Amino acid sequence: MTDKRMTEDEVVAELRSGMTIGIGGWGSRRKPMSLIRAILRSDLDDLTIVAYGGPDLGLLCAAGKVRKAVYAFVSLDTIPLEPHFRAARQSGAIEDEPWDEGLLLLGLQAANWRVPFLPTRVGLGSDLFRDNPRLRTVTSPYDDGETLVAAPALRLDAALVHLNRADPRGNAGYLGPDPYFDDLFVGAADKAYVSAEYVVPTDDLEPTVGLTRLLISRLQVDGVVEATGGAHFTSCVPDYDRDETFQKSYAASAKSAEAWAEFKSAWLDLSESDYQEKRAAEAAA
Amino acid sequence: MTELELGAPTRAEVCVVAVADVFRGDGEIICNPIGTIPMIGGRLARATFEPDLAMTDGEAKLVANDEAVPAPADLVIEHFNPYRHMFDWVWNAKRHVMMGATQVDRYGNQNIAAIGDYQQPRTQLLGYRGAPGNTINHTTSYWVPNHGPKVVCEKVDTVCGIGYDRAAELGPEVARYHEIRRVVTNLCVLDFETTDHRMRLRSLHPGVTVEEVAAATGFDLVVPDDVPESRLPTDDELALIREVIDPAATREQEVPNP
Repeated sequence: MTDKRMTEDEVVAELRSGMTIGIGGWGSRRKPMSLIRAILRSDLDDLTIVAYGGPDLGLLCAAGKVRKAVYAFVSLDTIPLEPHFRAARQSGAIEDEPWDEGLLLLGLQAANWRVPFLPTRVGLGSDLFRDNPRLRTVTSPYDDGETLVAAPALRLDAALVHLNRADPRGNAGYLGPDPYFDDLFVGAADKAYVSAEYVVPTDDLEPTVGLTRLLISRLQVDGVVEATGGAHFTSCVPDYDRDETFQKSYAASAKSAEAWAEFKSAWLDLSESDYQEKRAAEAAA
Repeated sequence: MTELELGAPTRAEVCVVAVADVFRGDGEIICNPIGTIPMIGGRLARATFEPDLAMTDGEAKLVANDEAVPAPADLVIEHFNPYRHMFDWVWNAKRHVMMGATQVDRYGNQNIAAIGDYQQPRTQLLGYRGAPGNTINHTTSYWVPNHGPKVVCEKVDTVCGIGYDRAAELGPEVARYHEIRRVVTNLCVLDFETTDHRMRLRSLHPGVTVEEVAAATGFDLVVPDDVPESRLPTDDELALIREVIDPAATREQEVPNP
C-alpha cells in the first residue's frame, strides 16, 4: 500500500514555474488555501491558473505568481468582486483567458476523457470568441450539420483540491453541500494533490463521509496533505464557515502597496503551523 | 385584510411583482432569479400563479420554501442540485434565469465581465460567468436595480449574454433556444416584443414618466403610444411579500422607495 501523505512544502517542491495548475473549490468555498500559502512562500512564478476563482487566484495575483488566469469568474461570494484579481487585471499584470462556467466544466471533462474537445452550444455568438483565442467551432458530422463550440480539453500539469476527509492513499470525500468540480480537476491533471481537514484510516473514511460523498479516488491522486483549517479563510462546511472578518481584512489589503505588505508580513511570511496558531489565537481573542 | 391596513405598495414591491410576472407561464422548470428582489419575485410567482416552478436555496439544493432566504433548519429540500447538475438543466432548457447586468443594450446583449477594453479593462467585474451558456440555451431575463444611461446603454463593452442581434447572426436554427424575455428595472419593465426585437418600454412603475426613462437610457427606446402602468401587487401578494417571503424587508434596501 502506498502511503501518499506529504506536507504542503513537499507538494510545492514537486511543482515548477510555468506550470498550468488547476485549483478546486468555487469562489470563496473549500479552496486549498494552505497549499496556496505554500506556493506564496516558494519561488514559483509564471503560473497559469485554472479555477472557479476566489481568493486563491487573488492571492497568487497579488504575490506576482500568475502569468495567465483561465477562469469563468473570480469572486469572494460575500464580497462579489475579488479586489486583488481586479487590480492585476486593471494594471495589465496578467494575461486573461475567459471561459463560461459550463464551458470550463466541459474542458476539464474532455481532458479527463482524453478527447480533444466536447461539443456544446455554450459560447456561440458571445465575445468569448473575441477574448479567448483558444476556442474553435466544429460542424456536426451528422445530418443536422449544426455549428457547435468545441470546448477544448483543459489539460493540467497539476491539480490542488481541498476536501473534508481523506485517507493516506488519496481517497477523499466532501461533507458540504456541493462537490464543485474537484474530481474533474484531479482527473484532468498529470499530478493531483489532495489536502483534507483530517486524514483518517481507510476503514474510517466511508463510515465518516458516506458512500455518495466519496468524490476522489486514489487512482488519480499523487499526494495527500493533512491540513486542518487548510481552507481558511474560505468556507469548509460543516467543519467551519468562511471567516468573514479575515476575508474583509484580506480584501482591504488590496487598497495600497503598504496595506498588502502589512497583510503579507502578518499572514503570509510565516509557516502554515504558525498561521494556524495565530489565527486561532485571534479568533479566541 | 384591507388595502388601508397593508399600506400602499412601495417601488420595491412593484418591482417584485414585475419580476414574478416574468416567470408567468413557465410551468415546471427551474426558476433561477439572481439577486434580492429577483429571488423574492420568483418565490412570489411560485407561491401564487406558477406553483410548479422549482427554485434553489442559492446553493446546491432545490427547496420548496416560500421564504426568500429560509433558515437552514427550516429548509424543505426537494432535490440535490450542485452546480454541475445546474448545467444539465441549462443545456436542457429546463431553466429561466434572471441575471444582473452591468451593461445591457437595445438588443439585450449583456456585460458582467469587464468595463472598457477587455485586455486591460478600466473596471474588472465578475467575468463571463454562465451568461454565454445561459443565453444560447434557454430563456433569460435581466434585473437592473439602477437604471441609468451607462447601464441600459448604447453598446456593451463585452458581450457575455447574447442579445437578439447576435442571435439573428447565428441564424434561427442555431439560436432556436434563445429568448431574452424581459428586463425589469427600478423604473420600468422593458421587453423585446417588436418586429426586430429592439428593446421596448412595456410598462412604467407608478410615478415614473416616459421622459424619465428616456433620460435614463443610453439609446432610443421603442415607446408605444400608450404605455401602461406596471401592475400593482394584489392584497394577497402584498401580504405574502411582507409577511412570508421577505419579512425582513430586504427588498427596500435594494430599491429604496422614491
